[in-house]
Amino acid sequence: MIEIKNLHKSYKMGSNSLHVLKGIDFSVEEGELVAIMGSSGSGKSTLLNILGMLDELDEGSYDLDGVPIKNLNETKAANYRNKFLGFVFQSFNLINYKNAMENVALPLYYQKMVRKERQEKALKYLDQVGLKEWATHLPSELSGGQKQRVAIARAMVGEPKVLLADEPTGALDSKTSYEVMDLIQKINDKGNTILIVTHESDIADMCKRIVHLKDGVILEDKKVEQVRASEYV
Amino acid sequence: MFDIERWQEIFDTIRKNKLRTFLTGLSVASGIFILVILLGFGQGMQNGIAAEFEEDASTSIWVSTSTTTKKFKGLNPGRRIQLRNENYDIVANLWGDDIEYKSARVFVRGTSINYGKETLVYSLQGVSHQYQQIENAKMVKGRWINYTDEINTSKVIVIGKKIADDVFKDVETTIGEFIDISGIQFKIIGVYGETENREEERLYIPITTAQQVFNGGDKLNNMAYTLPHVENFDQAVAQAVNFKNELDIYLRKAHTVAPDDTRGVRVWSAMEEAKRYYAITGNMKFFFWFVGLCTIIAGIVGVSNIMLIVVSERTKEIGIRKALGAKPWSIIGMILHEAIFVTAISGFLGLIFSMSLLEIVGPHIEVDYILNPSVNFNVALSTVLVLIFAGAVAGFFPAWRAVRIHTIDALRDE
Repeated sequence: MIEIKNLHKSYKMGSNSLHVLKGIDFSVEEGELVAIMGSSGSGKSTLLNILGMLDELDEGSYDLDGVPIKNLNETKAANYRNKFLGFVFQSFNLINYKNAMENVALPLYYQKMVRKERQEKALKYLDQVGLKEWATHLPSELSGGQKQRVAIARAMVGEPKVLLADEPTGALDSKTSYEVMDLIQKINDKGNTILIVTHESDIADMCKRIVHLKDGVILEDKKVEQVRASEYV
Repeated sequence: MFDIERWQEIFDTIRKNKLRTFLTGLSVASGIFILVILLGFGQGMQNGIAAEFEEDASTSIWVSTSTTTKKFKGLNPGRRIQLRNENYDIVANLWGDDIEYKSARVFVRGTSINYGKETLVYSLQGVSHQYQQIENAKMVKGRWINYTDEINTSKVIVIGKKIADDVFKDVETTIGEFIDISGIQFKIIGVYGETENREEERLYIPITTAQQVFNGGDKLNNMAYTLPHVENFDQAVAQAVNFKNELDIYLRKAHTVAPDDTRGVRVWSAMEEAKRYYAITGNMKFFFWFVGLCTIIAGIVGVSNIMLIVVSERTKEIGIRKALGAKPWSIIGMILHEAIFVTAISGFLGLIFSMSLLEIVGPHIEVDYILNPSVNFNVALSTVLVLIFAGAVAGFFPAWRAVRIHTIDALRDE
């Protein structure tokens, strides 16, 4: 599904150049649940941004589902993001003046789906995350865990090939974190490919594979025995 | 262009950001409102001044004399300058071809005017048969003094409509009634109307009668002329000024009056005066436009400002939308669409409101020098369009900048 070879990325900081990713070789198969771990500055967010086509690589190659991702202009990147990827963020990033259903339906708007279909599909996905009754509530009326579930529904509604989650539990307490992870595991059980950036090892243990990044290189890449979040809920 | 999904998205945004939308709309609507009202009153002043000058024939020129105020050629100031028939005849001979209508005037004073038991306190003037055209008087009944009346020194009299209404209200036909002036009976031959009431409070008799019957000799109080109508305003003014100057030079020479003595001899041209007023209204109009445009510019700045805030407020939302797959142009389009929609609606509201205010209130305004304030619809419409365009431009640059921000950075924006 994801195929990365010899990925390099550096940022210009004034006259200096900061080499963040120093030759990453990395691939993900369909249906995997991967945790990318590392301390801050390890390059894990940069990697996720490149995977999410929010940032461009300097050197190397990146294929997503057999499509080479390079030299994208904004419009094309937007198109690929919309078709291939779903995002979940630490700070949820819901649009505050839209209710839960409208937030979930937003990616479908950019897929040019008509309003009625959008709303039906959004409700279906809200139902899957257990928030159908909350469809007409604004984000400000939802708890953190509920917001993140709405965000996950939004990420999944476009039926992406890969779900990218950047610290999805970073702003949640441990009980809610496990609820969210339980949801993520269930989505993964259905065969969806998911990448999670986290620095919490208990969250990483709930994945099927952990990739450790340090100073821009992969330190360790191992399959793990998955801990089911439902045990903690 | 008509994308129903986009419209729905915009209506959602507007519905959920009412205050923001209202403030944007208010600044646009008030800008247009103020501009239209100002332009309307500019036009109203021009109309009003034009109406003031329509009362007398616009090409009229009036000559009057008084006592001199300056020493000249050894003569002391304080001399009384008296116009005489001779002056009037010489002017008629010299410039007869240039003149359209002419009349000398004699103000008859010290007489008692009676109708039955009623005493009439109105001004009595002796004028020529052409004075009707100079004064722009319309006959309501009967006729004006004619040439035969002048030749025969007829005892006939023309009265103003207001006098007819006040004094002869019980009489069936005013025409044919007699007015007693110092014991002499004058037959009423006509009633005239004027646009202004106070000009209807006069009694006119033939000038010859006035001079002969009331011991006027050959003395004149006043001379009045009109010049033929010329289509071009500047030419008309030039013609009037030219005639006025020639008249002025002749009279000053004939009566030995200093050239700069403004009281001794006074020649007044309605045209020249009109030009002065038109120049003032021109300046006024320019001023109103200037203020109006400043208001519009203030409106544009207001809209730009609000758009700038709106966009920076929505930076994060733009980041989210981009992460979810919004193309840059769809975001710029959405923001512009909203900006244009809001400015258009509020601009037209301001336009409709101000235009209907002018339409409803305008005709009822009764103030000197302001008449029927109104505004050219096309002018008003184009200012709205300019404002909409400005709103679009004002929305475009911040939107463009916001879209250029890296999605990652936009998402971090709090």
